[in-house]
Amino acid sequence: MSDKMQVYMDNAATTKLCDEAWVAMQPYFREQFYNPSSLYMGAQRVHKAVEDARRTVAEALHADPKEIIFTGGGSEGDNAVLRGIVQGYAGKGKHIITTAAEHHAVLHTLELMQTRGEVELTILPVDEFGMVTAAQIRAALRPDTILVSVIFANNEVGSINPIAEIGALCRAANVVFHTDAVQALGHIPVDVQALHIDLLTLTAHKFHGPKGVGALYARRGIRLMPQISGGGQERGRRAGTENVPGIVGMAVALLKAVAHMPETTARIQALRDRLLCEIPARIPEVKLNGHPTARLPNNVNFSIRYIEGESILLMLDLNGIAASSGSACTSGSLDPSHVLLAMGLPHEIAHGSLRLTLSEYTTDAEIDYVLDILPQIVTRLRAMSPLYNVP
Amino acid sequence: MYSERVLDHFQNPRNMGEIENPSGVGTVGNAKCGDIMKISILVNDDGIIEDCRFKTFGCGAAVATSSMATEMIKGKTLDEAQAVTNRAVVEALEGLPPQKIHCSVLAEEAIAAAIADYRAKQGQ
Repeated sequence: MSDKMQVYMDNAATTKLCDEAWVAMQPYFREQFYNPSSLYMGAQRVHKAVEDARRTVAEALHADPKEIIFTGGGSEGDNAVLRGIVQGYAGKGKHIITTAAEHHAVLHTLELMQTRGEVELTILPVDEFGMVTAAQIRAALRPDTILVSVIFANNEVGSINPIAEIGALCRAANVVFHTDAVQALGHIPVDVQALHIDLLTLTAHKFHGPKGVGALYARRGIRLMPQISGGGQERGRRAGTENVPGIVGMAVALLKAVAHMPETTARIQALRDRLLCEIPARIPEVKLNGHPTARLPNNVNFSIRYIEGESILLMLDLNGIAASSGSACTSGSLDPSHVLLAMGLPHEIAHGSLRLTLSEYTTDAEIDYVLDILPQIVTRLRAMSPLYNVP
Repeated sequence: MYSERVLDHFQNPRNMGEIENPSGVGTVGNAKCGDIMKISILVNDDGIIEDCRFKTFGCGAAVATSSMATEMIKGKTLDEAQAVTNRAVVEALEGLPPQKIHCSVLAEEAIAAAIADYRAKQGQ
């Protein structure tokens, strides 16, 4: 087992903390442990570190530091937006437009709010790539629409929605536009000004920052009611003592990701394209899930016919490869991924999906290894499958 | 999440394949739910399951329960084989996660279906 190559290809689930963030975080656990809200000089230095981090995050998004609210991560950010906008815009209505391929943090929250009568929901269908169009949004807008929430880049299949067009449309229609950019930040350029984004959710651990910390961009003037009340932190928009090491680590990781984005993207994409090209060449009857070009540079998602996703993952794991699947068996429910089903995939094809997500730490040798092991696993599992007729 | 026994049967499945001229075949489950199990049996003149094979589309637990179930009914009479419960298969595998118990039910059903198929053919 130990001599086996260990390959991590589940970077859409989480990423390894980068060295720079790890080092930058260290002092804030012990030496600089002070509460940033306190008066004494040590605390003021910590306060400055938090505000420096805020400026870094703001610059990465082309936002103003005052528009950045630190959170506990992506799910908190999405919840804060959905609940905060419903409260802030109660006078206008309660109609919200979203898509069938959102992350559960958005979809389950909205569905829960709908069952409580807090929102009226339009869930737009997605195309075969998991994407929506601005025209779909336009057709769904109503006078009482208070929010449009569309995922920037899909966490399962990597497809990138036409955020600029949707943003422009919402701005012109005077409707608040939120995007869950958890998978996009640090991977593709995100400019909240150019894209006309009003609210944006991000989390640090998807770009080699620490877990349990994220940020919310809330454009000045957006009436977002706070969901965690208490002290006056985050300008009264999110109470609670700041996660200082997390915030510092997030800013360092984001700065690094953004500064090196062109070369990192080029390198990861070249590795990714080897998988996109070679997997169908080596394994018959596979289907690429997600858009072929409008997709995250690190995402590979294939449905492999006649076999089931969890079996593929187990076999990969036994060979030292960590990956992910949209199979029901990996979720604890009997239904496969809602994203793949929304894209129109039949259940049996959705059950056989495999997601490989790369990072800047992925190497050519690891790609070689996966391309060597995966076809063997597929052959083995297909030989076991009653659905497959051995040619 | 899986016991060592489950992983062993998943990695080294026993009795995987098909019998050329089976006495009975049982296929249960469906692709929509993500599990299909096909068990074929060869019954000799003394009414004993001389050989049995499985093919399974499904998760690790589905493969392991198929493998274990075929091991447990091999060499048994039809009545003895029919008495093998899903619980016995789970116990032999040193347990399954709660959400995977349905896989063992599927194995029990596949055995029952193969025996029923054999008996129906005998009745003709």
